[in-house]
Amino acid sequence: MSRPAFPRFNTRGVWTLYHFEMMRFRRTLWQSVVAPVLTTILYFVVFGAAIGSRIGEIDGVAYGAFIVPGLILLTVFTQSLSNAAFGIYMPRFSGTIYETLSAPVSFFELILAYVGAAATKSVILGLIILFTARWFAPIDIAYPLLMLSYLVLVAFAFSLTGFIIGIIAEGFEALQFVPMLLVTPLTFLGGVFYSIDMLPEPWRAISLFNPIVYIVSGFRYSFHGSGDVSLWISLGTLLGLITLCLAIAARIIHTGYRLKQ
Amino acid sequence: MSTDNPMLSIQGLTKTYASGHVALKPVDLEVRRGEILALLGPNGAGKTTLISIVCGLVNPGEGRVLVDGHDILAGYRETRVRIGLVPQELHTDMFETVLDTVRFSRGLFGLKPDPDHLRRVLEDLSLWEKRDSRIMALSGGMKRRLLIAKALAHEPALLFLDEPTAGVDVELRRDMWGLIRRLRDQGMTIVLTTHYIEEAEEMADRVGVIHKGELLLVEETAALMKRLGRRTLRVHLAEPLERVPDELSDWSLELEDGGMVLSLSFSPAEAPDSVPRLLRQLNQLDLGFADIHTSQSSLEEIFVELVREQS
Repeated sequence: MSRPAFPRFNTRGVWTLYHFEMMRFRRTLWQSVVAPVLTTILYFVVFGAAIGSRIGEIDGVAYGAFIVPGLILLTVFTQSLSNAAFGIYMPRFSGTIYETLSAPVSFFELILAYVGAAATKSVILGLIILFTARWFAPIDIAYPLLMLSYLVLVAFAFSLTGFIIGIIAEGFEALQFVPMLLVTPLTFLGGVFYSIDMLPEPWRAISLFNPIVYIVSGFRYSFHGSGDVSLWISLGTLLGLITLCLAIAARIIHTGYRLKQ
Repeated sequence: MSTDNPMLSIQGLTKTYASGHVALKPVDLEVRRGEILALLGPNGAGKTTLISIVCGLVNPGEGRVLVDGHDILAGYRETRVRIGLVPQELHTDMFETVLDTVRFSRGLFGLKPDPDHLRRVLEDLSLWEKRDSRIMALSGGMKRRLLIAKALAHEPALLFLDEPTAGVDVELRRDMWGLIRRLRDQGMTIVLTTHYIEEAEEMADRVGVIHKGELLLVEETAALMKRLGRRTLRVHLAEPLERVPDELSDWSLELEDGGMVLSLSFSPAEAPDSVPRLLRQLNQLDLGFADIHTSQSSLEEIFVELVREQS
């Protein structure tokens, strides 16, 4: 039987995996979209309307508008992490991963499909929250293109992190650990609801060890034209995280860790 | 691609797991185009490890594996697109429909959609009527057939079936055997693992016996029976004997059933004239017999013997 040579890149395979993941997203549309949107609305009601009206402006921005970028990222962080982690953990758990591993799909393509799908979901969610926020606060985006690119980059970085967690995790608890017990507290302390300049020392100095501060700051810059740190430091932090994740992913690819014995 | 080179060639393949467990000692195996090869061995013999390496699920140790002339590592895309794998466990998604999941399988392997092919595959496996059902609504037997459909979705040339009839009742097992034969008749090369000797004997053109990570032998099923199959001759005597007469000491005979039956275990390959000589001798001694009966040893007995020889 003669066959044409297999293409150098399995475009169809990647698309099939991506499509499968996006369908899973659609099936769970209710919990995927409604829960984060509802949570965000609650934040706006409590912090934006109730408390925010007494806070006034931060760096010349109304408090309601000030918290928008941070709230978007809070959801994008946790959703990227858990979507990507579940996406790869579930087939490992159910055993259906055998088919993907036996397919002519490279690890790079595998990561591209799973991380791409998780990141797509997060970006969609982020944009939904952005549009929801407009009911509660006047929003001017200083650099829309930067905002969108930054959002995509954050979604990619955290989805990649989630993918790695999904590969390493040995149980469902581990999947929840990083988003719930690590990223959520760091995000709350990372200047979502305040500018770190409002903190007294030593808390301000301690906050500078929190990488989330830099990532939130960059996104806020794209909205308001100002942040806690310079945009370049923010971008550097984000690219640093992506580089670290890519290095770990490369190691997983090389050894087949937890995927192949 | 030439047709005389083997479909699958395994050269000196080893595997030691991180736990230190040696799953495969150097294994050499060639699978010919269009044959059904059964890998026969008890649980833990290394059957699943062997096919998992060929399919890309387990990293190989030493050695080389070629599928249709392509290396499984350097040319993994070329080898994997040629291979269909039906795993032992019923690993399926729950919420997908039957048709969606076979479409997924075909796409994953990088092939253009082909609704006609998928329809034929599902019809062959009596799943077409169930195409819009969710997988979780299928019975165990249907799920197993669905896994075969998924493996056939990308038109492989080499099909691996890992314990295709494990835990399947007798009737379904017959159906499965019929199906596997039909696939072979369509030109597919098939490697199946089994620990049912009956299955290997029934299905396979050749049988590879694997035990503790070692491929003890690979032979034509019939030749294996011939070479290793011992036969038992039972001569039902007219009158009972108290002991085996000295004139019959050339044969290692035993008396059974209270002296009414002379029993001889023999290998036709080793001593083809053993039985005729014995019968002539019985005539000369004027020992009358009412009936003679020979039986062939089953693969089960052959296997036990092989394992004993090795250990």
